[in-house]
Amino acid sequence: MKDRKIVYPYIPNSVGEIKEQMLKEVGAQEVMELYAEIPEHLRFKGRMKMPEPILDECSIRRHVDGLLRKNANCCDHLNFLGAGCAQHYVPAVCDEINGRGEFLTAYSSIFWADHGKWQAWFEYVSLMAELLDMDYLSLPTYDGAQAAATSLRMARGINGRTEVLLPASMHPQIQAVVRNYLKGVPDPALKIGLIDYDRTSGLLDLEDLRAKISDRTAAVLIENPSYFGIIEAQAEEIGRIARERGAEFIVYADPISLGVLAPPAHYGATIACGDLHPLGIHMQCGGGQSGFIATGFDMDHAMQFKDIVVGIQETVEDGEYGFGVVFPHKLSYFTREEGNEFTGTNTGLWAITAAVYLSLMGPKGMEEIGRTIMQRSQYAAKKLGEIDGVRVLFSASFFKEFVVNFDETGRKVEKINRKLLKAGVFGGLDLSKDFPALGQSALYCVTEIMTKDDIDHLVEAVKKAVK
Amino acid sequence: MVKKVGLIVNPIAGMGGRVGLKGTDGSDILEQARRLGAQPEAPARAVEALRALVQSNIDVEILTYSDEMGEHECRRAGLRCTVAGRIRSGKTTADDTKQAAAAMAAAQVDLILFAGGDGTARNILDAIGQEALVLGIPAGVKIHSAVFAVTPRLCGQVAGMFLSGKVKAIREAEVMDIDEEAFRNGAVSARLYGYLLVPDERRFVQGMKAGGIRSENAALQGIAAEVIAGMTADDFYIIGPGTTTRAVMERLGLKNTLLGIDVIRNRQLVLSDVNEQQLLEITEGNPAKIVVTIIGGQGHVFGRGNQQLSPEVIRRVGKDNIIIIAPKEKVISLGGRPLLVDTGDEALNQDLSGYVRIVSGYKDYLMYKIG
Amino acid sequence: MGRNRKTLLRKFHQARWDEQIIFEMSVPGERGILVPQAEEAVTAEVGDGISAIPESLRRKKPAALPEVGQMRVLRHFMRLSQETMGADVTIDIGEGTCTMKYSPKVQEHLAARHPGITELHPMQDPRTLQGILEMYYQVEQFLKEVSGMDFFSLQPSSGSQGVYANASIVRAYHEARGDRNRTEVITTIFSHPVDAAAPGTAGYKVITLMPGENGYPDLGALKAALSERTAGIFITNPEDTGIYNSNIDEYVKAAHAVGALCSYDQANANGLLGIARARETGFDLCHFNIHKTFSAPHGSFGPGMGAIGVTAELEKFLPAPRVKFNGKRYYLDYDYPDSIGRVRLFLGNAPLALKAYAWIMQHGADGLREAAEVSVLNNNYLEKKVREIPGVVVKYAEGKRRLEQVRYSWEKLMEDTGVGTDAVEKRMADYGVQHYFQSHHPHVVPEPFTLEPCESYSKDDIDEFAAILRQISKEAYENPELVNNAPYNLPIHNIWMPAIVEEEKIATTWRMYKKLKGIE
Repeated sequence: MKDRKIVYPYIPNSVGEIKEQMLKEVGAQEVMELYAEIPEHLRFKGRMKMPEPILDECSIRRHVDGLLRKNANCCDHLNFLGAGCAQHYVPAVCDEINGRGEFLTAYSSIFWADHGKWQAWFEYVSLMAELLDMDYLSLPTYDGAQAAATSLRMARGINGRTEVLLPASMHPQIQAVVRNYLKGVPDPALKIGLIDYDRTSGLLDLEDLRAKISDRTAAVLIENPSYFGIIEAQAEEIGRIARERGAEFIVYADPISLGVLAPPAHYGATIACGDLHPLGIHMQCGGGQSGFIATGFDMDHAMQFKDIVVGIQETVEDGEYGFGVVFPHKLSYFTREEGNEFTGTNTGLWAITAAVYLSLMGPKGMEEIGRTIMQRSQYAAKKLGEIDGVRVLFSASFFKEFVVNFDETGRKVEKINRKLLKAGVFGGLDLSKDFPALGQSALYCVTEIMTKDDIDHLVEAVKKAVK
Repeated sequence: MVKKVGLIVNPIAGMGGRVGLKGTDGSDILEQARRLGAQPEAPARAVEALRALVQSNIDVEILTYSDEMGEHECRRAGLRCTVAGRIRSGKTTADDTKQAAAAMAAAQVDLILFAGGDGTARNILDAIGQEALVLGIPAGVKIHSAVFAVTPRLCGQVAGMFLSGKVKAIREAEVMDIDEEAFRNGAVSARLYGYLLVPDERRFVQGMKAGGIRSENAALQGIAAEVIAGMTADDFYIIGPGTTTRAVMERLGLKNTLLGIDVIRNRQLVLSDVNEQQLLEITEGNPAKIVVTIIGGQGHVFGRGNQQLSPEVIRRVGKDNIIIIAPKEKVISLGGRPLLVDTGDEALNQDLSGYVRIVSGYKDYLMYKIG
Repeated sequence: MGRNRKTLLRKFHQARWDEQIIFEMSVPGERGILVPQAEEAVTAEVGDGISAIPESLRRKKPAALPEVGQMRVLRHFMRLSQETMGADVTIDIGEGTCTMKYSPKVQEHLAARHPGITELHPMQDPRTLQGILEMYYQVEQFLKEVSGMDFFSLQPSSGSQGVYANASIVRAYHEARGDRNRTEVITTIFSHPVDAAAPGTAGYKVITLMPGENGYPDLGALKAALSERTAGIFITNPEDTGIYNSNIDEYVKAAHAVGALCSYDQANANGLLGIARARETGFDLCHFNIHKTFSAPHGSFGPGMGAIGVTAELEKFLPAPRVKFNGKRYYLDYDYPDSIGRVRLFLGNAPLALKAYAWIMQHGADGLREAAEVSVLNNNYLEKKVREIPGVVVKYAEGKRRLEQVRYSWEKLMEDTGVGTDAVEKRMADYGVQHYFQSHHPHVVPEPFTLEPCESYSKDDIDEFAAILRQISKEAYENPELVNNAPYNLPIHNIWMPAIVEEEKIATTWRMYKKLKGIE
């Protein structure tokens, strides 16, 4: 311990005199008396080994700023990485609102003093309901992977069946989370079957689906667009096959596509899920993820939600909007292990942010952004495909992301990406480890922020890199 | 919307308590209580409940009996009332209570408030069963039944909340009573007489991270599912009385005796409403399990309403084959007091003591002490 | 007009805007923002883009989102923020168990405005993520010191998911040993509901222990529950009552004796930093809430981060990838064949790692300990004041010191006046503080409220908070209806039943509400 007693700005009562007063008040000579219940042998002896503190704000800011500058960021580089975390434009109003201290530092309090938070949440679900054309949503969960996992467990809860079918092309990380969560489904266990995809088009292999689906199938889940960016043209047919067998049809959707792509409900999805990250939330190295789940309003589905569902209702004053919790007994907060899964601190701030985003965009904004993404990503694919030895792997239409294969260049994606990095470009995600069957392929993501110049720059850089 | 409320005051309820008489069932006891200087307790408590009801500002029309059986109390609380029947003041009997209850049920009141104790609750049960909703103002010496609000004031508040539609849930609450004669002689034998319908006063606690409304039915379903999942082939299952155990029978689609004991085997009913003798025959050399619940509010597992489960029957089944089931709320309502066993055999009571598992839901147990 | 010097009370009224639902503000044609359009040259190459979408998958009708100009959107959400009482604007001592400590602005500004974190893609080459990976790595080192555990992962998205990850590790551990008979976990009723629900989600049966006289279960109850079927125990210490279980090591030993693992929910760790650790008590796993103990803001219910720590024996089961350092460079290690896999996408909530890093670096070992000691001093000081308020009772552990929080009860107030914790809770906010948190469910303590004045609040803040409680108690004894009909100074008035369970009354979205009310 130093002689000089530090007063910490975030600990007002670290002032010696105040401490003395308070100790006197509680009838103790020194603070350690208050720890009487922790026996001597359970106490930590010594001092934690940590760097000496950087006490003043100016210095800590410089220090952390220095660390952050060690990162190469997507403002200074052209970024073509997506795979569930894409670089979209974040409207200034989104940052303004989620930076408000009132929202930023509120927590789980109730309907009166936090009325604005509850209304913002209600507006979030209401806006998503329009985008998805589905009536019933909860507050968002941790991320899209959790949303997919929970959707599958919901299906099990609805029909009690023992198998789920997932696309073999599924996002590997989402699949990893799903596998973990399905492991916890007790006897009988919930088995996972994978449906193959057509190596030419990238679309789901319907024959394989028909062969694998049975009366044991609790749910068929597809990603649309798929992990490879493919727009699943057979979605309606897949839904029909699933529902004829009495299985739930779960569609993992990209919300920013829904201005131009039909929402899952329009082609028979019984559960829609996905990740809110494109809707006005910065990438934050993966910290901007947030999972949504939506269904129609019927008791079978409503009873399966694990997160808080907000309902609008009256107060004692005429015409006043109030909010409450729908079916609280389905939440573990209220009924512990008898609730659905478990509820915890989720991503309330991103719900509010997505609400701001959708309010700003309106129907036209969503339509136009979908179109711009379609055009720019197609342009990028076309131009990359024109490079010698480089080809766009799948023939089916795609949204935002597409797979580029470099086999004929004789170069490894890893090497190409290293060269691209030197040119200030984060190249597409290397798929060769997760999908060896695709050879040397990379998943490219092109959003509305990429201008023609940006794309042309990429194309030039790739040309050089594959030489 | 004017709400109709019945009011029944048992003016002599509670008189025996302060003079150590453990109840006032029977007219000679009442005389004894009066000689000992007992004062009526119920009227003042009824007034307190009515005042709390007045505060809820609901338009109510009270239907009651004359004099101290309700009319006076209404006046003291500043409420107008319709007198539906007359009594001989100072000479009320159990029959007055029964007639009043029947009249009010026939008049289709929204709620009957009654001030009294377990005996009063039994009278009302006999008269109307589950034809009307009731709520007790606690005023008796013996309050073992679960049909009473915690305090008179709360009774008025809950009534107000129910009548204004703020509380909607209804539950079946136990009517329990002790044989006063035996009680006064130091022996306790309580019986479960049945269930009255009461507004579910377990108020919703507002707040997201706070407690919530819990669907009792869901809890019972979970418990029943867990018990059934654990059932072993060919063993006899002796199912004790009560609504919690009834859930097991209902889930199996079997007829059940609410206040008695049924026996099942391989999920089929073997015998209904058995006595000790039949249980001894069944357990003779056959493996069996006992499924019992706890009496809410007091925590008895044996010796209250299930005396057919005699010490000999319990011994034969064996401690390890006793399955105790109860929703968490029922256990929590004991306020930390241990579960009780009163088999009539002290050595057995000792043997049964210690920590037990209570099935409180599907794959869900509580550890709790039998004291 | 300042706060009343004598009573310490304020005349307060929260913003009340009677704000419409955003859909009601819609004016056809208005735009909140314009989006980039493809260049003509691009259009010339690929056409309108939409034609590439298969007919059956085209959106036929635009989503019925509202059409609102930008300033009106901003104003609307600004107003909603004013109708929200975050910890930045109030003395948030009431949300017990939540550790509503100050989230230093310097961290917030860096995390929310610095492109070196906001504009990072998680799949970038790790060589371009050295700064953030260093923070991850360092926070893990710090947490090892705080807990005594050998290894950490910051992947889980919340404390609850941390508990779930730990339950997954417990499952993996027993499976790896070929032990398939362990189907049960044990928790206590005063542990957070997730200590029951997360192991339940991982497939376990749950046995709950009830409190003894000290507020925590007797060792006998635990021993009676333990068997060769026990996979693990999942408990907090101190529990939500603020009572530290002095014999916790005995409980852990008893669990170990039957081959079970012990997982320590350290959501309530704020009073323990540098003073007591998971290691000394013998636990095998633990978790911290970065958004509680380590200063990240609660964000209107998230995003959060649950940091999980384990002993060396369990390291191989941690979620992958793990952040490693080879003496020169930080890298991501995916090579964990025994890992439970993932509980979350990417690396977890990176900005929260940054905030925890900055906060710990500003305090150092002595500062962390100071935070813990002051949080306990603050709590004892508040407890003395609250115990003096008529109508308050404190259950369990008579005469024992509590750590960073206390679960109180208005049981006596309820008996005396008919005013219970629901009413007081609403009334609190009329005086300008956030509603307090009552208790997790079920309410074992009747009419509960739980207070936690962590180190962030000054003596004067605590005095004011206690004065408000005292004032409401006085109101309850003098004029119970005043309290029962609260609130009066908030954006809205009372709601009779904020639990909605009747199917025909449910409107969870604006479109359902319109249908319900026949609004067009």
